[in-house]
Amino acid sequence: MEQLITKLKIEIIEVLNLTEMTPESIDENAPLFVEGMGLDSIDALELIVLLEKKYGLKLATAEEGKKVLRSVRSIADFIRENNKG
Amino acid sequence: MREVYVVSDNIISSLGFTSNENFAALKQEKTGIKLHNDAKISPLPFWASIINQETLTEKFAVYGHPDQYTRFEKMVILSILDALETNDVDIKSNRTLVILSTTKGNVDLFDNKIGCSFDRDRAYLWYTAQLMQQFFNLGNTPLVVSNACISGVLALVIGARMIRSGRFDNVVVCGADLVTEFVLSGFNSFLSLCSGPCKPFDKDRQGLSLGEAAGTLILTADKKYASKDLAFVGPGFSSNDANHISGPSRTGEGLCIAIKRTLQQFEQPVDYISAHGTATSYNDEMESIALNRVGLHTVPVNSFKGYWGHTLGAAGVIESISGIYSMRHNLLFKTLGYSQPGVTQPIDVINETREKQINSFLKIASGFGGCNAALLFNK
Amino acid sequence: MDTKNVIREYCIIRNGEIILNGNVLFKSADILPSLFFTDAYKNLGINYSRFYKMDNLSKLGFLASELLLRGKTMGEFCKADEMGLIFYNAASSADTDRVHQESINDRNAYFPSPSVFVYTLANIVIGEICIRHKINGESTFFIEKDFNPDGLFRYVNQLLEDHIVQCCLTGWIQLDGDHYEGMLYLIEKSTSDTDGIVIFDPEKLKDIYLQEA
Repeated sequence: MEQLITKLKIEIIEVLNLTEMTPESIDENAPLFVEGMGLDSIDALELIVLLEKKYGLKLATAEEGKKVLRSVRSIADFIRENNKG
Repeated sequence: MREVYVVSDNIISSLGFTSNENFAALKQEKTGIKLHNDAKISPLPFWASIINQETLTEKFAVYGHPDQYTRFEKMVILSILDALETNDVDIKSNRTLVILSTTKGNVDLFDNKIGCSFDRDRAYLWYTAQLMQQFFNLGNTPLVVSNACISGVLALVIGARMIRSGRFDNVVVCGADLVTEFVLSGFNSFLSLCSGPCKPFDKDRQGLSLGEAAGTLILTADKKYASKDLAFVGPGFSSNDANHISGPSRTGEGLCIAIKRTLQQFEQPVDYISAHGTATSYNDEMESIALNRVGLHTVPVNSFKGYWGHTLGAAGVIESISGIYSMRHNLLFKTLGYSQPGVTQPIDVINETREKQINSFLKIASGFGGCNAALLFNK
Repeated sequence: MDTKNVIREYCIIRNGEIILNGNVLFKSADILPSLFFTDAYKNLGINYSRFYKMDNLSKLGFLASELLLRGKTMGEFCKADEMGLIFYNAASSADTDRVHQESINDRNAYFPSPSVFVYTLANIVIGEICIRHKINGESTFFIEKDFNPDGLFRYVNQLLEDHIVQCCLTGWIQLDGDHYEGMLYLIEKSTSDTDGIVIFDPEKLKDIYLQEA
């Protein structure tokens, strides 16, 4: 699980162009949107593409997205639950 | 200050090849948004409003060899030709400017699947401008406005300014865009497409429908060319939200500024508003907020996107043409796809095609990049 | 009193150089846009992490405008809704268009990206600049084959004369593959005496555009 979380952090930094961040600086339990990292709506959509491209998991709606994308940990949980990680 | 008169217009869309054909369809509450199966545009069936390809080719063949022009070029040329039919505005004069409004032009030429018999440069919008200059033997190179979904309204605002300043006597504004895999896939990645015809301002709206169209509006300073039912182009402005590159400002900041600046130069009441109304959750909500903030929430408002879909660079032009038609005939068109209020701020959405005395109307639009525009028309 | 519109400042970005008002601010051996822009961003002390999300066209426009607007407070220097942005280029967003097209060419690896797609509109660079500096003014992106100082002058001057804008950031922001050219002018209305300032006219625009570093 920890390996998946680290891998996810690296991938998130890459797809969201968070060039000035490092995996160590991301708290996997902190909210990704609104507070915490303050990512925006395009970032959310990019993470949806990431889940499909790298993990074969499809999120169809923004609502489903909101739950799954709450934090790095919730994304990791979602991947593990769907057994594709 | 010179007046700016409307001369004539044309609309080419899935609903017809002339303005009149399109308005007949609007009166019958027809939608051009249909389910299509075209693997060149999408791996799955998709909803969109698409111009009849065979009819386009057939009509164009009278003026040029269809194989020598792209689909986009054919639409633009035919639209301008039709708008020129009914009057003597000299498009070749150096006192006439043509303005092309488009977001992506010939972008389908980037697609290898379509097979390209045209050279690389044809995908550039400056090439399209030169091609138009050659075809029509124009005295000036067409100006190209490429500013997301407000391009059409912006092109009309700029055209009117060019006439008022005395720089030109006539301006031919043509707005056009295609439905392409390029654009469809992009909006899909934003999860902003509706499966089915869109429902502007509606409680159950699920996103936008794409459409393709070409629309031409000819403007002049010369009253002798003006249409019999006089229609004037009034003030107009654009403004930026300074908030986000894809989502609109939650407070409708830019749209409010554009509308306020426009109305500052117009003393009479506004009788009708042709909204942008794309049927995305955020856009329609933002427009309802903006209209309330500027005190226009009791003015009848509609969206045309349920008939033609969102035609991007053509939208501002064809929807202004429909607004002018409404004004001339004192007829408000219902917002096709709307049945129940779905925005938090109260606005007066037109839900039935009906008569009303209209002496002026406001066209508004918003687009990616946080841009917004407003333009007034009056009798 | 004779009021003239003036070219208050200008910024040129081309051939691995950034020139502000005739002075070379930054020079890099990296001529390729991506590396050059990142190098410039780091070396010019700009602190704006959104920069890394932008496409190359937006980075080009952002850098030029940053150098012209930094240190100026919107509201004091010019009212936020009276600052215009009138940009021109030849390629529109062709550079990013190709990236988006690439992402949809293979039906077996079909992953269009929203953060790429949003930049397939040239006017997004204007949006980025407005967000950064809180500008709500009039803006337009025009496409022309070549930089056209006469056309630019006529339109922008009219906007100033008609009080549609009080100041205007305007110029040529062109990028297509490895070739780029950024040329932004900051134009103002001025009621003061014309001594020592650069009058806004097509000849002056041309001279500045053609100058060597």
